[in-house]
Amino acid sequence: MKQLVVISGKGGTGKTSIVASLAYLSASETPVTTADCDVDAANLALLLPGEDIRTEPFWSGRRANIDAGSCSVCGLCAEQCRAAAIRIEDLAVVDPLACEGCGVCELVCPEEAVFFVDNQAGVWMERRTAFGPLIHAALGIAQDNSGKLVAQVREEARTVAERDDIGLILVDGPPGIGCPVHASLTGCDLALVVTEPTPSGEHDLERVLKLLDHFRVPAAVLINKHDLSPEFTARIEALARRAGTQVVGKLPFNPEVPRALARGEPPLAVEAVAAPLAEAWERILALLSTSAYEGKHSPRLESVSVRTSTEAG
Amino acid sequence: MRVAVASGKGGTGKTLVSTSLAWLLARDDHPITYVDADVEEPNGHLFLHPELSDCQRYARPVPQLMGETCSGCGECQRFCQFNAILALPDRIMLFPELCSSCGGCVLACGEMALGEKPREIGSIETGTAWTETRCPIRFMAATLDVGEARATPLIGGLLDRIEDRGIVLIDAPPGTSCSVMEIVRGADLVVLVTEPTPFGLHDLVLAVEMTRALGKPVTAVVNRSDLGDDHTRQYLASQGIEMAAEIPFRPELAEAYAHGEIAAAASTELCSLLLPLERRLVAEASS
Repeated sequence: MKQLVVISGKGGTGKTSIVASLAYLSASETPVTTADCDVDAANLALLLPGEDIRTEPFWSGRRANIDAGSCSVCGLCAEQCRAAAIRIEDLAVVDPLACEGCGVCELVCPEEAVFFVDNQAGVWMERRTAFGPLIHAALGIAQDNSGKLVAQVREEARTVAERDDIGLILVDGPPGIGCPVHASLTGCDLALVVTEPTPSGEHDLERVLKLLDHFRVPAAVLINKHDLSPEFTARIEALARRAGTQVVGKLPFNPEVPRALARGEPPLAVEAVAAPLAEAWERILALLSTSAYEGKHSPRLESVSVRTSTEAG
Repeated sequence: MRVAVASGKGGTGKTLVSTSLAWLLARDDHPITYVDADVEEPNGHLFLHPELSDCQRYARPVPQLMGETCSGCGECQRFCQFNAILALPDRIMLFPELCSSCGGCVLACGEMALGEKPREIGSIETGTAWTETRCPIRFMAATLDVGEARATPLIGGLLDRIEDRGIVLIDAPPGTSCSVMEIVRGADLVVLVTEPTPFGLHDLVLAVEMTRALGKPVTAVVNRSDLGDDHTRQYLASQGIEMAAEIPFRPELAEAYAHGEIAAAASTELCSLLLPLERRLVAEASS
């Protein structure tokens, strides 16, 4: 089984619409499993219509509660809580949105007034689509641990892919470079980084390529809206070359794309974008069939300046 | 006054709107601080080109073994909710990347065998952006080290260092998770930047629910307002959320952005579109 993750660093470069397009392209030959790992703002289901045949709760962590009958309002819990989740009023009051469930309040409470309730942090769902199964999820408002929910979505995607004997999982990753991104890309055979020709796109691509190198996941780059800036497209191509990463395609900007998305159709439905997308898909498939981390750990990327390397001030 | 510029969906134009607002306020002589809190992918410096006066490494506390008093009782491992401690019969293994820095293991240890040490996770920078405006823009930003998992403590450290003088514009990361909450919790007003697409709307609804859960006033900016449909406007109207500005797609805005210029400095049209929001911020900051 192969797993392709699509990430970007910068948000809004077109990850989800490209994953949906790849699902269309792939499913024209054989069904594919898709996994929406942007659990903070899950949008892939908007482009892959179908019926959710399963909805399961996602439990993660716990929240402190204080028994008003036992609390002596001594204030020790509020003093020791580093999440600043407890206010002392007439009673000690826990802010469930700030509580991390660490248990320090319970440890220091002389009255044993603290108790915990399990926290439902969201739900995950299996959808049946014309392209194959989709695992998607919704993290509850103001919930942490999206990395754990991402891990759960990927685990379920592997399970249904094995169940249905499907050879490819397409993972729609979250923006950024933090915990949920790590959870999205570990164990993937290839990461497709979707970027755009802007200073932000270039800056964020550097950081994402460094992250992929750190986790030793092979990378490929797709430049979206390349014609908006030939200058930055050239800079991104140069950056990819320095990092030893193939640019598998360049998609033109086309105002029909947002109109197609508004109809629930992927960019593949727009003729000007469909041909370069199909060519990119062929190159991605070629990379997937041979992909293995080539141990290019860092020397080439060391020359790429990244703002995080600042020493202690 | 602290103003959070947030969005559910990424790439809707938070940085374009927040750097443009900062530039407009500075042009009109209002004291302004721009804070880049998108610590995983900070981009504000690419447009404001600040002169940095200070860069400090940021660290959060994680446990460490002190001396030889550990009896191997395993109380620390039983306490830790984040699986950051593994107590083996002959030694303790610590996983600082999983640690939430709650400090409970130190309290839980009966032998006083655990202490804390700082673990660096990123940098916090301060400086000044000298645009062609009369009044400079105070600049702050934080950058998470590549490979670090948890952004929220660094964002907390950044927010703690803000000096509340005049208007503070905070450029937030996308999403509605705890790191965004951390920013919105301390804000007096939330500007949600969205786009009129099904994705934009889906994520806008989540962002509005988040601001409501925290009881914060909210206003919206619809970017690329002519590339999409009408559902976003209808939703905002149904929720009684004021639309502070609608910014149509303009090649010159995309071009200014692509050249690392502040969009408002390159477009008088954008200046006039953002003027009502600028006036609102000035009025609320002085009241």
